[in-house]
Amino acid sequence: MEAIEKIKEQVVAAVPGAQIEIIPSTPAAQQPALLVDREHCFAVAKFLKEDPRFQMDCCSCVTGVDYLASGFIEVVYHLYSMALKQGPVILKVRAPRELGQCSVPSLTPLWRGGEFQEREAYDLYGVKFEGHPDLRRILMWDEFTDHPMRKDYTPPLDYEWEPTAHDETLARARAQEGIVPPSALVEADKAKKK
Amino acid sequence: MIQPLTEEQRFQLVPGPEGLIETQQLAVSIGPQHPSTHGVFRMDCVLDGEVVVKLRPVMGYLHRNHEQLAEKMAWLGSMPYTDRLDYLNSMANNWAYALAVEKLAGIKVPERAEYIRVIMAELTRLLNHASVIGFMLQDLGAWGTPLLYAFREREKILDLFECVSGSRMMCNYFRFGGLRVDMDEKALGMARDVVAKFPKFLDEFEQLLTENEVVLARCQKVGILPKELAINGSITGPMARASGVEYDVRKVDKYGVYGRFDFRVPVGAVGDVYDRYMIRVLEMREAIKILQQALRDIPAGPHVAPEVKVRNFKVPEGDGYARTESPKGELGFYLVSDKTGKQPYRYHVRPPSFINLTTLEDMCLGHKVADVVIILGSVDIVLGEVDR
Repeated sequence: MEAIEKIKEQVVAAVPGAQIEIIPSTPAAQQPALLVDREHCFAVAKFLKEDPRFQMDCCSCVTGVDYLASGFIEVVYHLYSMALKQGPVILKVRAPRELGQCSVPSLTPLWRGGEFQEREAYDLYGVKFEGHPDLRRILMWDEFTDHPMRKDYTPPLDYEWEPTAHDETLARARAQEGIVPPSALVEADKAKKK
Repeated sequence: MIQPLTEEQRFQLVPGPEGLIETQQLAVSIGPQHPSTHGVFRMDCVLDGEVVVKLRPVMGYLHRNHEQLAEKMAWLGSMPYTDRLDYLNSMANNWAYALAVEKLAGIKVPERAEYIRVIMAELTRLLNHASVIGFMLQDLGAWGTPLLYAFREREKILDLFECVSGSRMMCNYFRFGGLRVDMDEKALGMARDVVAKFPKFLDEFEQLLTENEVVLARCQKVGILPKELAINGSITGPMARASGVEYDVRKVDKYGVYGRFDFRVPVGAVGDVYDRYMIRVLEMREAIKILQQALRDIPAGPHVAPEVKVRNFKVPEGDGYARTESPKGELGFYLVSDKTGKQPYRYHVRPPSFINLTTLEDMCLGHKVADVVIILGSVDIVLGEVDR
């Protein structure tokens, strides 16, 4: 596989206007990625798929990463070429974390392999993939409203409510309106008897 | 209140557009408790008579947010959890995770550990492929017998795993930079014994199945997956190779010491259920070749890199992706480490059996319901990995 700078040059030449940045990996892993802007992401992916020098015919891995401190969600695509046996070319696209604006163009029209994986990223991270043919939840149940892999996700309090509450759980339960832990009832009972 | 039908109404046939009896399509939900779905997997089918016209896989019944659990503990903490992904092949899962962390941190694995890793991964492949063929025959209606033949062999390999790691299925054997404990002479002897006896079992298995008339009739030309769709749908492993995609991560990436072994990559021609069966048989024969070479060449030396710390293990900031050829397909781990480096900031599994289900509908359309069961069996899914 060519050096990432050369790939970037070729992509910029083929897709005019695309803003591409190189993101380094760890020193040992040596897997630098191309950060593409949302508008040109589809065109860049199409170029990488169809250009005879790359022939990235297989989109192996799609996933989301939530960078809470930086305020964006990153979608990572690992592209491999089965025809030329080379790769990976790693594409990264960033979208703001706010649910209304968190959308990136879907690459499922180019690679069927992204279908379930993009659904999974939508389910767990709330990334809306524009142009996905069937964007529904896949792992969580349909009635679920949140996106559990986001770093600021907190599970609802009443899920794991211990009957013999320890201090922390007791405080949480007291904070929640209308729930009195049984241990508190027992204590109140004792106080009455005295 | 519903009025009861009169005698005349009961026997009146509703005329269709061409004067025939009007028919309608029927939506059937197969699963999640159905035994042929290999776990808690559901297929929402629309049937026209017995023929499938639409099929949607529904999963998530075993979802336990494995990735989020791993993001809340230290790097080594999720090693035992990887056993539970594909619970038939815990050794292969261990390797994929260890490989990803070693890639990020730049850890070099000693020779002996690399050879033991290859031995364990190939034994896992034997175990998985034998059981899968057994399960597939079970789906065909051969209740029990082929599966028990396969499980008899699997038992010997599980005994070896127990001898080496202390556990039969949840091995938790790999560590960053090597293995938890060394493989002693007794275990190596057991491995040699398994490898010596396995071809005989395989011959017997093939004699019963490969040219069996029922197997041929039920499996050939059923659930064909074209080569282009296999590549485009990210199908990997034996399924892709049965469709004619000549791609094996062991050959392409040469991770570990796979570059040193002499083995072939079997490739199918048609891409039907029978090809997937045949590819698995041929892969087992190739795995035996690798095992013979690895057991012959295994060097002495340390089983783990001494500089790798077990406690307070840290990974430099950045991200990386490593993939292995697990028995089900390409098993990859995408990891992100943050500034502290104590635990994964992001931990993503690329599960082969989840992604291999992408094209399930394309393979099943136009086939009968009974064929859907064997097509799903030939995909080879484990729900622990599909749902994570």
